[in-house]
Amino acid sequence: MEKKHKTAPIKLWEKAKELRLNVYRDIAEAKSKGKLLIGGGTESLIAVPTGFDHAYLGGEPYGASIAFMHRENPALYQQILEASDYAGYPRDLCAYMRSYIGSVLLDKYIFGGSFPKLDFNLQAGFCDTHCKWYQITSEIKGIPYFAIEMLPFQWEIEGESEKVKKLKIDYIANQILDAIEWMIKTTGRKFDDEKFIQGCKNEFESTSLWAKICTLNRAIPAPVDEKSMFSFYILAVLARPKQEVVEFYRELLAEVQERVDNQIAANPYERFRILSDSQPPWFGLDIYRLLDRYGVVSLGAHYTLGLSGGWEYSKEEDTWNPARTPQERGVLLKTREDAARALSEWWLKTGTVCRGVRYSGAGKNKRILDLADKWRANGVIIHLNRGCEGTGAGQMEIVAALLKKGIPTLTYEGNHADAREYDEARTISRLESFMETLGLKKIY
Amino acid sequence: MITAGIDMGAAFAKMVILKDGKVIGKGISKVTLDPDEAVQTVQVAALKDAGIKPEEIERICVTGSGRKLFKNAHVSVTDVTADAAGTNYLDKTIKTVIDVGGEEARAMKVSEEGKVINFAVNDKCAAGAGAFIEAMTRALELPLADFAAYSLRSTQKIPINAQCTIFAESEVVTLINELVPREDICRSVHEGISERISSMAKRVGIEEKVGLIGGPANNHGLVAALKNSLGMEILVLPEPEYVSALGAALIAARKEEG
Repeated sequence: MEKKHKTAPIKLWEKAKELRLNVYRDIAEAKSKGKLLIGGGTESLIAVPTGFDHAYLGGEPYGASIAFMHRENPALYQQILEASDYAGYPRDLCAYMRSYIGSVLLDKYIFGGSFPKLDFNLQAGFCDTHCKWYQITSEIKGIPYFAIEMLPFQWEIEGESEKVKKLKIDYIANQILDAIEWMIKTTGRKFDDEKFIQGCKNEFESTSLWAKICTLNRAIPAPVDEKSMFSFYILAVLARPKQEVVEFYRELLAEVQERVDNQIAANPYERFRILSDSQPPWFGLDIYRLLDRYGVVSLGAHYTLGLSGGWEYSKEEDTWNPARTPQERGVLLKTREDAARALSEWWLKTGTVCRGVRYSGAGKNKRILDLADKWRANGVIIHLNRGCEGTGAGQMEIVAALLKKGIPTLTYEGNHADAREYDEARTISRLESFMETLGLKKIY
Repeated sequence: MITAGIDMGAAFAKMVILKDGKVIGKGISKVTLDPDEAVQTVQVAALKDAGIKPEEIERICVTGSGRKLFKNAHVSVTDVTADAAGTNYLDKTIKTVIDVGGEEARAMKVSEEGKVINFAVNDKCAAGAGAFIEAMTRALELPLADFAAYSLRSTQKIPINAQCTIFAESEVVTLINELVPREDICRSVHEGISERISSMAKRVGIEEKVGLIGGPANNHGLVAALKNSLGMEILVLPEPEYVSALGAALIAARKEEG
């Protein structure tokens, strides 16, 4: 079959790798440079500690890194998972959490040496598991812990009142301020409000830029495929309050726009477009390369597009667009309180994945259907992820809603971080069956 | 034109040979640790049944969980496609196909032309497949051939609570020790499997006529339980264990394939 579109590698690929490496280099060098080393989830308010000179060890990406050990170092991988099994953490808990706890219990850091000595853990309740996760590991390690309770907005169609929304914004903003006071008291260090304000602004811009980049995948042919997107979205996940991430996404937006303008495709054979759902099985990303062979491009998922926020709902258009940052709206952030409030509001308004973890049903269905419509997806492949109750919430209702709309949908069971619950051969067989039902054959 | 379809199942390899669209030979062989041996055995059996030589077969299509082990096929398709093709050939009025295999069960919604509209496969679970019954025959110390007859003689319903084959086996041992008649236990096993299969089939939306294929479809006790569980009539296709291989043989004949 002849290639339908031209293609080219993404020029910023190596730079993305370098920035990811910077995060882990930062963690490795934090203590020697006199920085705080803070732990917690990246699905959290990671802009809060930006008033300190610090490095941040994000639990979920670390859990995903452990998942990659399944191929790189299977013996260590097994050891880590079994450590948390033997300690009594049940298999239906978050797989990232179990991996992280296993690593802590063994005191083995998968990048070498002992588990890093964190100064404290800080976590916002993206989901119930996240809050418990860092409580447990703080107790194991005997380090201080502060938890911020999250109360996401409901989905727009639920008609939540402005009064309740304001209460939620205030509730979280006040906890952010409490967290800052607690960190100052716990560490005895000075908190730089200007850095905090800038960290928040960077978070708003990073996540909005990522949303804009993802929006460009509405183009036919799609300029970026989801497997490549994982290498870019992770920068927002790991380090969205950093200036270098903002600058990177500005460059990436320009490059992806150029690809759209010049019809440069992620897959030169693109003939079928899909969305995915949930985290992928991180040790099984080969399935994306299998899809490539059928001329199928994965455009992203609600997860990939919006894990770190950045989308706002437009009532007039009845859809979600890349969110306008407070800076773009002319909102001035002059004080710590301004920034705390803006950060709280940003998370609540633009954090649709966080919302979807708590609230499923019609609201979540609408979000997914909107994505399928706007991204011109021909089908959806859903990872029924046993490792995450949050992204798993409401998935079968989503399947029903998609099928009702006549959108071909496939589900496969697996786990994003526990390879013992992923059957690669069967998943591949299922994908191949799905391709056959769509009348697609392998091109190469 | 002579074509062949090979279904490399988890438990058995099946082969069907067609000449100008009509079945001229069939073969079946148990799959052991050496799948090549099963392939050889099934080919010898089918060729002998057809009365032809191997070189007379013009095109081969392979299907089944072990299809990637068979290197000489012109076409390879998944079970879902082969099942639909085979069922449609035998009865174009069937709208829902349920295939119960050795280690996997699947349900397909099909069009009149035999195109798969939607499908579901049981996920990493033997409790909805033939492997469950085999495990229970060991627990009950009954030959597989007698299992169906025993279940049809049951006089009372004894639910097996476990959804998992492993736990169900423990539960069966407990029932045996409680002197529950084996007839009733056999029926419970069939009902347990049927519940699993029905639940999966409902995901694709059941539309009559419903066709049942796969080796376990020869089990009348299972069929009775499935009819009861679905609340509707089910048509067991003739020689149900060969339908997937038949579908593969038909696909081999299609010019646009391969």
